[in-house]
Amino acid sequence: MLIIDCPYCGPRPEPEFAHGGQAHVARPADPSQATDQEWLEFLYLRHNTRGVFAERWRHARGCGRFFNALRDTTTDHFLATYRAGEKPPVLPAGGAR
Amino acid sequence: MSKLKRHPPHIDRRDWLAPLPAATRFSFRGSSEAAAAASRALGVELSQVACRAHVAGERAALWLGPDEQLLIGAESEAATLRDSLTVALGDIPHSLVDISHRQVAFVVHGAHAEWLLQSGCPLDLELSHFPVGMCTRTVFLKAEIVLWRTAPDTFRLEVWRSFAEYVTSLLAEAAIELSA
Repeated sequence: MLIIDCPYCGPRPEPEFAHGGQAHVARPADPSQATDQEWLEFLYLRHNTRGVFAERWRHARGCGRFFNALRDTTTDHFLATYRAGEKPPVLPAGGAR
Repeated sequence: MSKLKRHPPHIDRRDWLAPLPAATRFSFRGSSEAAAAASRALGVELSQVACRAHVAGERAALWLGPDEQLLIGAESEAATLRDSLTVALGDIPHSLVDISHRQVAFVVHGAHAEWLLQSGCPLDLELSHFPVGMCTRTVFLKAEIVLWRTAPDTFRLEVWRSFAEYVTSLLAEAAIELSA
C-alpha cells in the first residue's frame, strides 16, 4: 500500500488521504483589481506536469489537515511532504525516480 | 430457498466485542491557549503530541488533529462538562460541539483484537507501531472510525452510529475465520 508521510501524524496509508490539486496557486492579492485573465488563471488553469509536481493533499480521514507534497506523477513516488505555508524543500539532484 | 444466507451466520460476539455505555462527547477545536483552558476545566491534560489520548477517571481527551480533540466523559456529565468548559474557555476563540449522539463506542478485546481490526484497517496495528494510548481517526473499510488502544489487547472504537452495524458485521465476518 502507498504510504504518505503526513507532516502532523507521520507515515499513514493512502486510503486516509484526499488529493487536493495543484499547490501554491496564489489568489490575486487585490481581488477587486484583478483582470478577467488573472481570475481565469487563478480559477481554472492548472499545470499537468509530467514528473515532480507540488500538490495539495488532505489527511481527510486522519488529522483533517491540508498539506503539500512533492510527487513524481510518472511513478507515484512521494519525494517530500511539508506543511501548508512552507516553501517546498529543495530536492537533491537526481532525487526523482 | 438457497442455502446462502444474507447475513453472516450468528456467532457469539460477546467474547471479543462489547458495546460501551452511552457517553458524553465533545468535538473541541482551538489554539494551544484554548486547549490549556479546556485541560483545566476537564481535569485531563490535552495531548500536545500527535495521536495520543490522555485519561483521568472517566474522562478522556483524544488528539485527533493539531487543533482538534475528542473529549469523552460519562453520560451523566453532559451538562456539567459543557458548562465548565464554556466558562473556562470564555472569550478564547474555540469551537465546542456536543457530538454525544453522533457516534457509538465499542470495545474490541482479546488475543485476536489486533488481527480482527487489521481485517479492515490499513494502519499497522502492531504494538510497536500502535502503542497503548495511541488514538487516531482512520478508516475501517469504507467507514470512518476513531481507534484508540487502551491496553495491549484492547481497542476502543468510536463509530458514527449509522455505520455501527456495518463495522460490527464486518468484524463478525472476519471472526468467522477464527472459528473455522
